[in-house]
Amino acid sequence: MSTSTEYDAIVIGGGHNGLVNGAYLAKAGLRTLILERRHLVGGAAITEELRPGFKFTTFSYALSLLRPNIIHELNLVEHGFMPLLMPSSFCPMENGDSLVMGQDRNENLKEIARHSTHDADAYDQYGHDIEMVVRAVKPLFDKVPPNLFDRSADGLAEMAELAGHLRGVEPKVLHDLVRLLTGSAADFLDDYFDSDIIKGYLASSGIIGNEIGPMSQGSGLVLLFHGMGEHDGHFGSWAFHKGGNGGFTQVLATAAKAFGAEIKLGAEVEQVITTQGRATGVALVDGTELRAKVVVSAADPRRTFTKFVDQRELPTDLVDSLRRYRYQGTSSKVNFALDGLPTYPSLGDRGDMFRGFTNIGPTMEYLERAFDEAKYGWYSSRPYIDGAIQSTIDPDMAPPGKHVMSCFIQYTPYHLKDSTWDAEREQMADNVQATLESFFPGFGHLVLQREIVTPLDIETVAGLPEGNIFHGEFLAPQMYFFRPAPGWNQYRTPIAGYYQCGSGTHPGGCVSGGPGWLASKQILRDLHA
Amino acid sequence: MPRRTPFHDRVATANETSLWSHWAGHLVVDKYQMSEKFEYVAIRNAAGAFDSSPLYKYRIVGPDAERFLGGVLTRDIRTCLPGQAQYTIWCDDRGYVNEDGVVVRYSADEFLLTAAEPNLAYLENLRGSDRVEITEVTDEIAVLAVQGPRSRVILSGLAPEVDRLGFFEHTPAKIGAAAVTIARTGFTGDLGFEIYCDAADAASVWDAVFDAGTPHGLLPFGQTALLMARIEAGLLLINVDFEASRLAQNDEHRSTPLELGLGWMLNGIDDDTRPFVGRRALRRERDESTSRWKMMGLVVDWDDFDRTFTGAGMVPPKDHLPVHEDMMVYDDEASRVGYATSFMFSPVLQRHIALARVRPDLAVPGSRVHLEFTVNHRYVRVGAAVVRTPFFAPPRKTAMPGPNDGGTT
Repeated sequence: MSTSTEYDAIVIGGGHNGLVNGAYLAKAGLRTLILERRHLVGGAAITEELRPGFKFTTFSYALSLLRPNIIHELNLVEHGFMPLLMPSSFCPMENGDSLVMGQDRNENLKEIARHSTHDADAYDQYGHDIEMVVRAVKPLFDKVPPNLFDRSADGLAEMAELAGHLRGVEPKVLHDLVRLLTGSAADFLDDYFDSDIIKGYLASSGIIGNEIGPMSQGSGLVLLFHGMGEHDGHFGSWAFHKGGNGGFTQVLATAAKAFGAEIKLGAEVEQVITTQGRATGVALVDGTELRAKVVVSAADPRRTFTKFVDQRELPTDLVDSLRRYRYQGTSSKVNFALDGLPTYPSLGDRGDMFRGFTNIGPTMEYLERAFDEAKYGWYSSRPYIDGAIQSTIDPDMAPPGKHVMSCFIQYTPYHLKDSTWDAEREQMADNVQATLESFFPGFGHLVLQREIVTPLDIETVAGLPEGNIFHGEFLAPQMYFFRPAPGWNQYRTPIAGYYQCGSGTHPGGCVSGGPGWLASKQILRDLHA
Repeated sequence: MPRRTPFHDRVATANETSLWSHWAGHLVVDKYQMSEKFEYVAIRNAAGAFDSSPLYKYRIVGPDAERFLGGVLTRDIRTCLPGQAQYTIWCDDRGYVNEDGVVVRYSADEFLLTAAEPNLAYLENLRGSDRVEITEVTDEIAVLAVQGPRSRVILSGLAPEVDRLGFFEHTPAKIGAAAVTIARTGFTGDLGFEIYCDAADAASVWDAVFDAGTPHGLLPFGQTALLMARIEAGLLLINVDFEASRLAQNDEHRSTPLELGLGWMLNGIDDDTRPFVGRRALRRERDESTSRWKMMGLVVDWDDFDRTFTGAGMVPPKDHLPVHEDMMVYDDEASRVGYATSFMFSPVLQRHIALARVRPDLAVPGSRVHLEFTVNHRYVRVGAAVVRTPFFAPPRKTAMPGPNDGGTT
């Protein structure tokens, strides 16, 4: 059976990058269809009411690196875009003390000075130095990367432009950039800071999503990556979206539809149809065939190149590098419905410190030890936890007086040694809850419900292979020139008319919208060429 | 020594900053927390409470009260029925605006007028032979504004009457033992209410509102968050967006209602049964099109702004703190065609916005102008589009409660 409908563009996957891509294509006048396998759009950015009145951000939970131009170009504000800025970060310590960072510079320096006056002095310098690196990288972040292997005049011109940009960067900044790209977060932070708690607080963002510890090479890159967020004109600041990240992807879907894009739910793609080496449409699992001049995969590289098309038709080098492309997801979520706010004994009845991230990673050693177990195929007995009680700044997330707490967990390797996630999921969540109990006495009594999301769940529900939240690890061999594979970093594929726009392309994971946006630029440029 | 408002004990406890400002001779809070932004987010996504007590308040009573106010106020008070309130202005005989305020009508012959500046002598001088008593009640009445999407659900638990209040309507109610007036008014451009109560009842009203509101995310908010919200709402601020004509140094510092974009208040200007101060001048201005300006909104072109600052080696600033200083507006030929009086980066709109007066021929939505900034210590012009105000006006601001109106949309 087959019904045939003609579109200009079909986007496979209604996650945030698929929606961004589809919205831009529709805005450019293409008749665009976005296909989503599940019953709701959002991919790994969804909000689900698992208990009446309690909204869980099942997977991703904060709006991090969203590119500001997307907000304007897609008229997102008109459709309900509303970032709720986090006023604080809270880092409990194992001795009962804590570090609470807020919005006021002097208060922050005073708070750091409680732990180390040296570090208070270093803090602004560190922030400045990171910002200088971020500013040097930003123009590359927001641009289709050059193809290192393209010897055509255009390709050489792109490389020359990159070289020209780098020549304009101050030597110290360029060196810091290289140190971050290749080194560890620990080494970089040791240059500035003495105290464990400051280093623990800052190092945490260097381990997110990758199976590395803060002392591993490569953690510097992730540290830098998380400094790219740009809300509010400051780099490195984060926000929750009203209604969670699902609220954000609903806004994106509304915007895409307003530009004329169609969204089809429950539409799982079996394969991309090719005719004489050119993509001409997709076939759905239910047998429906849909025709289009352009097909864009918002899925990860593995599905894009080996599931939707026949890999035997692809260049061997590409297939080989995709085989080597590392996923090995190591993150989980444990989300709680809470009867009230947790308490932290040394802060008495204060609750305001919960209005941002609660960072359970008090020292670099704590983080590294949590990683140690993962090296040998096991999950942390005392994990790193990035907690966020979103209901403290968005009352829509929970009934009055009640709360939801999203907990991002590392390390929980996808590949367990001699066990399975089906067997270990409860024990993993028990470790998380016991860790929280050790910092917040009585935490367990507040728990009304908990949702466990293992790397296996991330794979089966959200579709991300091996549960890697970035569509593949974000490390130097898998970035920029090489994301997802050498020579295929410009959103095109070896099949004409078939493109990629997921987090497995530049600039990578997180809710940035960058891949979807940049891919649309490339597609539109090719169409008009 | 500045005076304390009737809510002072509660306000002082809630103020974590140890910082105080002065407003109309009273101690007031700029921000309760180290970041005003969170208070602003509460106004827009939960609810916030603001101590508005320092406003000057005048009780105007008597058989000729309506006639008196009809002659003083520019907007026709006869269209404000008992149970309603009105945002209004008063002009001088040359048609320049003196002040703005809200008038609450309790009955045929009893009104309460609020104002930002002292006005007792001004009002008394205009009384003539009208049988009306004007009493200043500033200190007797405390005002607590409760604003934001959750304001109604918070207050309806205390006083169910608020569910029936339309925009700019008011009702008597009880909060605990205290007799209060609740008006659906405010200075945030959001769903919101203002509670008028006896000064002696202020603490008990504050406590009841916060007991009901805290589970909904209610926060006290200070002047800074209020001034952010009011720019988004397109609400003018005296001594920022305009000056009182009677205290201005020259006509450059004076504005007419038409110039302030308040022409909609002039309905009935041709009705000879209501003579009022400034009427003849206002008719002349309208008939002869002599307005010098018109107040409009400006939205800065983000691409141009980003390019300008990034090109100058800076991070494009997105500062939500209101700038209350003149910023020049130019046309394509670099001629000055107006000036902005309030500017900010609006977090809710994700745009740099300004309240600006522009030449009347440019006061058309979509006109392109240029707004002047200082970049690396040099004046630089950035493109901006002329828009209608308010910039932000959610449907909830004026909507009546629906059957499932627990939420914030």
